Amino acid sequence: MSVLVYTESENGKFKKNAFEAASYAAEVAKQMGTTATAVSFNANENESLGNYGVSKVLNISNDKLTTFNAKAYASSIRQAVEKEGAKVIILSSSTDTKYLAPLLAGYLKAGYVPNVVAAPESTAPFTVKRTAFSNKGFAFSEISTEIKIVGVSNNSFGLHENKTTATVESFDAAVSDADFSTKSVEIDKVVGKATIADADIVVSAGRGMKGPENWGMIEELADVLGAATACSKPVSDLGWRPHGEHVGQTGKPVASNLYIAIGISGAIQHLAGVSSSKVKVVINSDPEAPFFKAADYGIVGDAFEVVPQLIEKLKEFKAQNA
Amino acid sequence: MKILVCISNVPDTTSKINFTDNDTKFDTAGVQFVINPNDEFGLTRAMWFKEKQSATVHIVTVGDATVEPTMRKALAIGADEAIRVNAVPTDGFFVAQQLANIVKEGAYDLVIAGRESIDYNGGMVPGIMASLLDMNFVNTCISLDVDGTSATALREIDGGKEKLATSLPLIIGGQKGLVEESDLRIPNMRGIMMARQKKLTVIEPVDAINATQDTKFTKPAAKGAVKLATSVDELINLLHNEAKVI
Repeated sequence: MSVLVYTESENGKFKKNAFEAASYAAEVAKQMGTTATAVSFNANENESLGNYGVSKVLNISNDKLTTFNAKAYASSIRQAVEKEGAKVIILSSSTDTKYLAPLLAGYLKAGYVPNVVAAPESTAPFTVKRTAFSNKGFAFSEISTEIKIVGVSNNSFGLHENKTTATVESFDAAVSDADFSTKSVEIDKVVGKATIADADIVVSAGRGMKGPENWGMIEELADVLGAATACSKPVSDLGWRPHGEHVGQTGKPVASNLYIAIGISGAIQHLAGVSSSKVKVVINSDPEAPFFKAADYGIVGDAFEVVPQLIEKLKEFKAQNA
Repeated sequence: MKILVCISNVPDTTSKINFTDNDTKFDTAGVQFVINPNDEFGLTRAMWFKEKQSATVHIVTVGDATVEPTMRKALAIGADEAIRVNAVPTDGFFVAQQLANIVKEGAYDLVIAGRESIDYNGGMVPGIMASLLDMNFVNTCISLDVDGTSATALREIDGGKEKLATSLPLIIGGQKGLVEESDLRIPNMRGIMMARQKKLTVIEPVDAINATQDTKFTKPAAKGAVKLATSVDELINLLHNEAKVI
């Protein structure tokens, strides 16, 4: 009756959120007096999950599952759950896991709580703390079904090294044609750049940038910091930046370690989307911008003067601290 | 094509969030309720199918009688009929079971739900519904075209988009992008008048499990005042030595 964790990978390499989910699963297993077992798909270096307290890995090696498919992945994970007799399943909160988790919940008749930000308050009853009301509140949710599914919010629990030796087993989950009734045809993805979901640092800009032609310095600042770029809702509505960069209540949530908001006044819907970020920095020429009330640090100044200086100074800082 | 749009009745996006009854319930006092924004994109896309492909559009909401003004707004936007499942939506699994029953009974070809509601942010209802009904499902859907029984959808993924080929019957979890914000419709007077005459059926809930229960709510701790740096050097120093984030 181990705790099962789905560990996401891409091109065979585990994502950071896989190690965070594994860390969380190990903590839950410890609280429940059991062990953590991971399920991975076509992943290399499965043993590395042992660094985060996983004692067994079920690795599914199947060419049909190279590209994520929610139904086929959910079906495979369900088989792993049944094999292990797992009563608790841990996942991350990536876009893909939020796609497959509800399917898994339906198949297993399991209660699912996403956006969980801390280790369980208790395991009997099983109670977890999660964000609600678009980060304007927290709810303590009790899961009453026999099987429980927990989606850990990115960057909330963190990575916890807990060295264990992980044994790796091949797991042959059966998939049928019906599992692929929804098929991936084409993926259009930026390669080699941090995404909002994974990034430790997010650099975001708003209407204060005056036009899409001025985004070069935002991208340069993001490059220097190894950050993802994001934007406010009006900016994506105006078509200056793609919808996928829109951060806020109806856009993407950000739970980065550092969020830098440039030329964004801080509408309540935007703040709701970024409040899970640990440190928020605001650069705005208007000292009355509402974002200053929600920020940890700030500079009152013209973005067109401050940002180029910040890029140069950060390059010097990086060179000195390399 | 017969379309069902799932409408969630949620606090307006600018609502202040407070809790009552010893922090066990959301305080609805003074809160304006609206169509969940992700559902509104879906409803507008359904209107497009109605106008361009002669689809019939029904809406459904799980809730007590207090949700009916929101449902009437959806009817005023152009939906043909409404169904209210007469139950307080206590949990995503419970809601998904109620909606799955409506989908099954109504034999809908396409079910459009928002990817998540902006109140409890569960994001699970369309997916659970799909698994209970064994229907095709696309989440975070930002574009949808239907040709006969074939469907092509775009979904948002981390760092990009994915194009998917699937078929009806289909459930989608939709969001901004499904239609542009500028295409969202505001009910006009004629629509409001017509909505009063449209059929709103109330049905009793089916037996269903409550998989989760929110036992308590809290608000984020009050934040200290912002530290304003007077120079870029000072800001870098604060982020490196104090916040330790660079």
